[in-house]
Amino acid sequence: MAESKNNDAFVEFERVQKSYDGETLVVKDLNLTLPKGEFLTMLGPSGSGKTTCLMMLAGFETATHGDIRLDGVGINNIPPHKRGIGMVFQNYALFPHMTIAENLSFPLEVRKIGKSEREEKVKRALDMVEMGDFGGRRPAQLSGGQQQRVALSRALVFEPELVLMDEPLGALDKQLREKMQFEITNLAHSLGITTVYVTHDQTEALTMSDRVAVFDDGRIQQCAPPDQLYEEPDNSFVAQFIGENNTLLGTIKEIKGDQAVVQLDDGELIDCKPINVSKVGERTRVSIRPERVEFNKERLQPGAHTLKAEVLEFIYMGDIFRTRLRVAGNDEFIVKTRNAPDQVRLTPGTQVDIGWLPRDCRALDA
Amino acid sequence: MSDIADTGPVLAADGTPLKRSLARALRVQKTRALLLIAPLLAFVLISFIWPIGVMLFRSVENEIVENTLPNTVKELATWDGGSQELPPQSAFEALYFDMFAATELKRHTRLGTRLNYEKTGISSLFRQSGRKLDDPGKDYRKALGAVTSDITKSATWLELISGASDAARSAPLVASQRQRLSTLDDRQIKGDLSFSPSADIVQLLPRAAREYTAFALYTELVDGKDVAKTKPWESVYVALAADLSDADVSGYNGPHAQMLRDLVAADVTAPDFRAIFTDIDKDWGALETWRTIQTHSKPYTSGYFLNAIDMQKTPEGAMAQPENKQILVKLFIRTLIMSLIIMGSCALLAYPVAWILANLPARKANILMIFVLLPFWTSLLVRTSAWKVMLQQQGVINDVLVWLGLVDDADRLIMINNQFGTIVAMTHILLPFMILPMYSVMQTINPSYLRAAKSLGATNWTAFWRVYFPQTIPGIGAGAILVFILSIGYYITPEIVGGTKGVFISNRIAYHISSSLNWGLAAALGTILLVVVLVLYWAYDKIVGIDNVKLG
Ligand SMILES: Nc1ncnc2c1ncn2[C@@H]1O[C@H](COP(=O)(O)OP(=O)(O)O)[C@@H](O)[C@H]1O
Ligand SMILES: [Mg+2]
Repeated sequence: MAESKNNDAFVEFERVQKSYDGETLVVKDLNLTLPKGEFLTMLGPSGSGKTTCLMMLAGFETATHGDIRLDGVGINNIPPHKRGIGMVFQNYALFPHMTIAENLSFPLEVRKIGKSEREEKVKRALDMVEMGDFGGRRPAQLSGGQQQRVALSRALVFEPELVLMDEPLGALDKQLREKMQFEITNLAHSLGITTVYVTHDQTEALTMSDRVAVFDDGRIQQCAPPDQLYEEPDNSFVAQFIGENNTLLGTIKEIKGDQAVVQLDDGELIDCKPINVSKVGERTRVSIRPERVEFNKERLQPGAHTLKAEVLEFIYMGDIFRTRLRVAGNDEFIVKTRNAPDQVRLTPGTQVDIGWLPRDCRALDA
Repeated sequence: MSDIADTGPVLAADGTPLKRSLARALRVQKTRALLLIAPLLAFVLISFIWPIGVMLFRSVENEIVENTLPNTVKELATWDGGSQELPPQSAFEALYFDMFAATELKRHTRLGTRLNYEKTGISSLFRQSGRKLDDPGKDYRKALGAVTSDITKSATWLELISGASDAARSAPLVASQRQRLSTLDDRQIKGDLSFSPSADIVQLLPRAAREYTAFALYTELVDGKDVAKTKPWESVYVALAADLSDADVSGYNGPHAQMLRDLVAADVTAPDFRAIFTDIDKDWGALETWRTIQTHSKPYTSGYFLNAIDMQKTPEGAMAQPENKQILVKLFIRTLIMSLIIMGSCALLAYPVAWILANLPARKANILMIFVLLPFWTSLLVRTSAWKVMLQQQGVINDVLVWLGLVDDADRLIMINNQFGTIVAMTHILLPFMILPMYSVMQTINPSYLRAAKSLGATNWTAFWRVYFPQTIPGIGAGAILVFILSIGYYITPEIVGGTKGVFISNRIAYHISSSLNWGLAAALGTILLVVVLVLYWAYDKIVGIDNVKLG
């Protein structure tokens, strides 16, 4: 993955806008740069414009405004079939009247590649996804997972440098999906192809990607590597959308550098890291991950603020304990603790003091 | 291995074998399902299968000859039609009595019409002969009446045939004559005769007794008159004359025995049946006439089918029709070719329309769909007549062309009453049947296939031709079959705009059903049409596969 440090932009969206009806913008001011070899995932709720972005890149939709560049060349006026971009569709779009081998050989035929070379490439592409024995079958004779592999190898058989995938695993069951996630990332990395992957499943996005672009309302809310996205969300949408999250509403009391004190709505004070708040008196939504909450005073900074909390529910989940608390009027405050020998098991009804490191508690827009 | 394997059949909870209880449960379901569809099944059977069966039957059925001339047919069975000799006297005699009864029941012209399909002229021969069959009877009545006037009286006949009151009765004769008339008249003759012929007289005067019994059955049970007061058929006198020539009446002592002896003594010449017929019409002396009757005397015939393919049944076997009567095969071929052209032009026109329909947003597609369906809401006759207005020589299209100067006023295009007119009008009328299946198939084709093809590097044309088009073939196939089958049996439109050159085989079928009344030939043509369609359907299934047809 050392190559991904290569910062030459391979795919570039610059100030791209898209409207279907001339009234509303489905994509609003999209700026995105992908270096060669990167695996980027577009993640977002349904209707947030992910597919539209992908279709603009593939050439099936035209941008209403802005430039899309591939390897430094503007592609706004290049028809889809000349872009040389591999695509995997959610329904796989395997041609039902052709056998698997014919499906794979199709992109090679239209490229006028000789028969023997074609056969060799088809075989190699099928072997790559372990479907070598299925060349003679029709798509309808394959299971969902097998069709998925074929669709993948068809998108790769003509050796594109860029592959787009629109929710390719959406129709598979959980187990198969996890297996395929792994295979797709492996394949993409070993072939060194640049991949734009669309999904609305955050686990998929986090486990597969080099970077994740979180979409909402036609905009990228944050584009960052998975760990950063999870641990350092830029705004409360991302914080809520990715992983489990506790939120507390309050007002900024004071800001000093990267430390802020927030007065919660019930009057208590807590320490936070200000992210996209700047003024004293501003409303804020404080975000803290369930696994970063501490009962143990010793693990907290000296002088840190703590909060009183009442245990409402204790759920034993094997590897972790999940405790639901009432904190500052919020009944849904979740704390996750690792099942370790010295870990306390809180009983409902007890009062505890909880706290956290200020850097784990992020004051975001309300 | 498992315990099921060695404990025998699996048992249900109540101990009956599982298989049996399953079968019972299923049987109840099946019965219920059958009851639910029973009305439909009955409807289909009665309104569809049965008429087709009747049609198939009619195309080979030929009982009319045997039913009308039963004894003649029997006599002709031993006659060698290939020989140069006329049939024996016995055949002429049988023909006389068969014809006479048929004429009395007004059945002879039907047979004449039937045989006329095979040999022109027979129809009028039968009609004229029927009219003149009375003459010999009248002559004999006069001749015999001159010997004793008793014989011309109705009552005498009844007494003579009834015989002595204590004489044995001949039931078989009544039964056989009842059968004869029933077959001839196509209905059961019911009721009892007021007398029955005596066995003695039946033996003594077999022909006269037979004819009189037939006459009596008809008079009493069909006409509802009193035989004692009705003059017997003229054929009875001919029969009596024939009987007298070889009867020995000396030992007879029933009623009117003396009269019979007097008549025998008078020695009236026996009827020469061949002369009777050749006097009526010289055609009865022609071998051709007899051959025709013999050739078509079987109750089932391949004759109609042979006629349907421009051949005819002759004593020497199947032969081609004379050149000038060979029209049907040509008509079949024309029907097939024109149907193919109509199918092709429908497909060409329908494909883009269906494509637009399938790719337009739903609301606009619905509006367009109304235009497609509009023809269905207009009478077929109106649409066809509209084409007449459009295409005729003084019609809209010609007027426009003349006005544009493309066509000279003197030689306007002839676009109607020919094949062109039929093709244009039928293409228009059958177009929806092509569009709808195409549309329903195209609608199900996910646009992502085209996108996938383009993303794989295919140009618009390649993507269409290699990816989209093959997936629409089921729709094309369905539309093509539908249009072809509809067109091959179409009747109204070719009838109106086809003239003579643009008519179909179905117009010929209609002609034979309503004008020439040759239903057998019509049925044979219809059967051939059915078979052609089935064969084409089968071929289509072999080549394209019928599972590939999607009607919706
Ligand atoms: N072909 C289209 N015509 C009109 N509106 C569309 C079309 N495709 C998508 N949209 C609209 O654009 C928005 C974004 O859609 P899409 O890009 O498919 O979202 P996502 O893939 O993130 O679910 C949605 O509101 C959708 O209704
Ligand atoms: Mg989408």
